[in-house]
Amino acid sequence: MEYKLTFGKYNEALKRNKLLGLKCKDCQTITCPPKMTCGECAGVDLEVTELGGKGKIVTFTTCYVAPEGRENEVPYTIVMVELDEGPWILGNLIDIDPFRVGMELIGKRVKLGHKVFIGDKYSNGDAARPLFSFAD
Amino acid sequence: MRRVAIVGGGHTDFVFESPKTGKELFAEAAMEAINTSNLKPKDIQAIYCGNGLSDFSEGQVMIQSYVADDIGCFNVPATRFEGACASATLAIRDAAMWVASGTYEIVLVGGTEKATALGTPLATRTFAMAHDSRYESPTGLTFPAYFAMLAHLYSLKYNIPLAKLKEQMAMVSVQSHEYGVKNPHAQFKKEITIEKVLSGFTVASPLQLLDCCPFSDGAAALVLASEDVAKKLTPKPVYIVGTGQASSGRMGSQYKYLPRIRARELAVKQAYDMSGLGPKDIDVCELHDCFSIASIIAAESLGFADFGKGGYLWEKGETRIGGKIPINISGGLKSKGHPIGATGASQTYEVAKQLRGELADQGRQVEGAKVGLVDTLGGDGILCDLILKVD
Repeated sequence: MEYKLTFGKYNEALKRNKLLGLKCKDCQTITCPPKMTCGECAGVDLEVTELGGKGKIVTFTTCYVAPEGRENEVPYTIVMVELDEGPWILGNLIDIDPFRVGMELIGKRVKLGHKVFIGDKYSNGDAARPLFSFAD
Repeated sequence: MRRVAIVGGGHTDFVFESPKTGKELFAEAAMEAINTSNLKPKDIQAIYCGNGLSDFSEGQVMIQSYVADDIGCFNVPATRFEGACASATLAIRDAAMWVASGTYEIVLVGGTEKATALGTPLATRTFAMAHDSRYESPTGLTFPAYFAMLAHLYSLKYNIPLAKLKEQMAMVSVQSHEYGVKNPHAQFKKEITIEKVLSGFTVASPLQLLDCCPFSDGAAALVLASEDVAKKLTPKPVYIVGTGQASSGRMGSQYKYLPRIRARELAVKQAYDMSGLGPKDIDVCELHDCFSIASIIAAESLGFADFGKGGYLWEKGETRIGGKIPINISGGLKSKGHPIGATGASQTYEVAKQLRGELADQGRQVEGAKVGLVDTLGGDGILCDLILKVD
């Protein structure tokens, strides 16, 4: 059984600022990032759908110790965003001073862009991740 | 299914930059376990070895086979268990199953790690490999960052101001160091203060350096045997009366439950149900305090406190010897150290020692402890819980 939406297709779309997910025709839940089955009911009757890329921050951290090869990125802020369609998705946040962010971030509306992690010798290639900024 | 008991154990010192190899560390703990069980290597029928990262730290895959040969357990089936920080606990659960099933009478189980050989940047990179490599790691997610995000979620969900929560978190670390001073195998034998925790370098906001366990090298091992054999080998068998294990998807997949970790609640329920025991029966607990906030979240999931109230256990001293539920009297991952592949075996070794009443001379015996709980979290997370009991 083939994936409806592979990492490869998801990644290529995100590089064009298009956030793809899967809509379950059985329970209507949106799964994003994609999986083989519906994240809610494990159903397999799924269709690829483009999400709006907007949502609100549910939690965050500013990271000061980076994995090898990414030391020059610190400090960087990671946010978990609840998309308007329901799923929670991890990304980075820009347009802020990472040293100064606090609990006031939670609940803030954000919109999606992207940035590509170019990869390292372990990652089997690059991977785009959501890069959020405050929505108007 | 037959009853299975821990017969003997071994534990190396947990240290920074061990001069020994991962295999040597395991072998030293294993031989101590075999010797204290009054056995010889030829008596061991199978080996279960927890190991997280020796591929990266030493260029050694398949360490379990070389360990078996090194300690003279020639040609026995040897299996490596990789579940990040829960590796050895998974190994113990499976080892116990093989004995309970009647396949083996006597087996060796343990874990080993040389995490400090990696150095902090590569250790941070390889530990973070336990996140979803395609959908989480590209953000630069690390384990401190993961638990940092849980801390913020926790503060919000339970309406505990972050400053108050941070103080409770600091108390977790302070207590761990207090008991670590008394544990001869502990990596840090130094007391710390709340002020020191709160003035440390920020690793991932709001977690500061002393909210985080260290990178460590070390090993621990146990001999397990069927009840009949165990009774012949030791006057004090420690029975594994309950086990449970569960898995999770990536952080976003857990959105309905966070900051609660659903897999832990499922795993410990399996262990409680299997043993016929509950949280109130537990006399001593070693839980997975990779970060201070992780201890608070774990204590709630294990049933020792209401959700949102875990921090008060430490604040009121209920987690100390003499308290309602003594937790991490070994010093925990924080002070004892966290060689990830060995941690579950170390926790189990520690609880077995408590139940045998062998820690009085170290000044950290929980008097009269009969039932203990081991809780280990791998990544974010594989959860494995064990309930140990003496008759």
